[in-house]
Amino acid sequence: MNIALLLEMAAEGMPDRVAVGSRTAGLTYAGLLENARRAAAVIRRSRVGDSPVERVGMLDLNSETLPALLFGAALADLPFVPMNYRLADVKLRDLVARNAPALLVVDPPVVDRIGEADGLLVRTREEFHELVKTASQTAPPDSDAQDSQDDQDAQDIAILLFTSGTTGAPKAAVLRHRHITSYVLSANEYASAGEEEAALVSVPPYHIAGVSAILSAVYSGRRLVYLPTFSAEEWVATARDEEITHAMVVPTMLGRILDVLEAEGGGLPALRHLSYGGGPMPVPVLERAMRLLPSVGFVNAYGLTETSSTISILTPEEHRVAMASDDPVVRARLGSVGRPLPTIELEIRDPLGQPLPVGLPGEVWVRGEQVAGEYLGSGSRVTGGWFPTRDQGYLDEDGYLFLAGRLDDVIVRGGENISPGEIEEVLIEHPEIAEVAVVGLPDIQWGERIVAYVVTQPGATVTEADLQSRVRARLRSTCTPEKVYFAETLPYSETGKLLRRVLRGQALDAAESHA
Amino acid sequence: MRLRVGARWKSSVDATEVMVIRAPSTEVDLRCGGHPMTPDGKTDGAELNPLYSDGTQIGKRYADEELGIELLCSKAGKGSLTVGERPLPLKAAKALPTSD
Repeated sequence: MNIALLLEMAAEGMPDRVAVGSRTAGLTYAGLLENARRAAAVIRRSRVGDSPVERVGMLDLNSETLPALLFGAALADLPFVPMNYRLADVKLRDLVARNAPALLVVDPPVVDRIGEADGLLVRTREEFHELVKTASQTAPPDSDAQDSQDDQDAQDIAILLFTSGTTGAPKAAVLRHRHITSYVLSANEYASAGEEEAALVSVPPYHIAGVSAILSAVYSGRRLVYLPTFSAEEWVATARDEEITHAMVVPTMLGRILDVLEAEGGGLPALRHLSYGGGPMPVPVLERAMRLLPSVGFVNAYGLTETSSTISILTPEEHRVAMASDDPVVRARLGSVGRPLPTIELEIRDPLGQPLPVGLPGEVWVRGEQVAGEYLGSGSRVTGGWFPTRDQGYLDEDGYLFLAGRLDDVIVRGGENISPGEIEEVLIEHPEIAEVAVVGLPDIQWGERIVAYVVTQPGATVTEADLQSRVRARLRSTCTPEKVYFAETLPYSETGKLLRRVLRGQALDAAESHA
Repeated sequence: MRLRVGARWKSSVDATEVMVIRAPSTEVDLRCGGHPMTPDGKTDGAELNPLYSDGTQIGKRYADEELGIELLCSKAGKGSLTVGERPLPLKAAKALPTSD
């Protein structure tokens, strides 16, 4: 299996349909396949010194280069590694270096930020385009070229996505061709999209949703339109200009889009389908959206990088039924993430791994062909096919899943996994900081907001602003604590382990008693 | 032949190509157009058997629950798929709302 098959089939059956870009001037599936094949040729001959590259990285916003790189890497049988280039310079250099030897395609300003990078062949997006244009297509490699019947050792990692844990450097989640292909084939019908359908993608390329959006759209025959940098006004304008029928947003974007729609009037006449995920959707925002856009089908999609994206959905019909219901149990489902996909088995288990009865909260475990659950260098977390998501949740009587936050201390803000440990490391380096804890607190807009608690050395004069700037400079802006509290002590276990959840609990209790 | 999940098989007498979605661990006599499918495709001398020429459609699935086989047609052709002489019927498409 190879994800490039999805594009080959699209090009075979819908060669002249526009794959990406505007309806009148976009690239067709046949054109995209040709670009991907040329890209594969470029990738295959890319070298660092005498060694062929072993990975294809990307540090760029969404653009039409992305699908060509994704499928080109697949045809060249190398892992594709889209990365977040908004990291601070040192972290960025560390991250890209982990991929050496690699071809790295970047947004021009990134070139200087990486500097002299060992083991990396760096090309700007434009440079790569030029190489692709002039690459030959003789003996085009098809996706089954590597597929000898008995070859069990064939390199089959399609994508590596870096994802943050509680502490330490981000881990590379491994997504093999068979996982993603299995998901896309089970969730989509070949060429099912009418010619008028178009999908607006504004989620970043280094997010699993950004990757699965491409594959699903290509297999369905739905035109892809990119919005490289999100602004609610541009999103609405693009949705109208390109007559977008399908879109995927993270919850923070939806509220802002609704503000623009209310201010401008006019609605979104072409939009049929809006899916959202990456974090909890505040029910009031969802209700507001359903009222403003009554002919749109809403889909809540819950999934993880490690599960090749969606494992559970709340369908448009289920949204409508819940919204219209007088039964509080049914109404509550607007706050659920729906029911597991037919190809997924899902269980709620206690800390000892025992399945729990309906209604009781525990850890969400899943099993299915699309579940990868593997990290480069630290192996797999899958046992007997079952993967522990580290998400907490419970099922209602009819199998609807309600999520209740992370079981580890990973903060999920705006659909992004953020490591509290990484932020704590930066803060503790300040000479006036003696102890630090970083937690996520519930936030209507972001899902969670980042809050730091610090204990200072005697006589310290460091301010909240100082510490915030330090994090912003060393990590990235999305990691900056919204608030820094100066505390006398922090809670530790008997073994000296920092108890972030106790802090979190205290903060939530304090908030409640003030409410 | 043994059908490995994810493997591609080609008709020896027409343009049909399939990918294996599900297969049993036992030997399977997968044919298209009346002739065994191969990893490489068209074979000189073999001719499409008119008894097995209903044609295949790209993107459709062909499956037999009992045999535990499911194939995805990745390229259409004039032949029809059988296991031995037993036809592999078209699998009904299921409607699932997209989430991407």
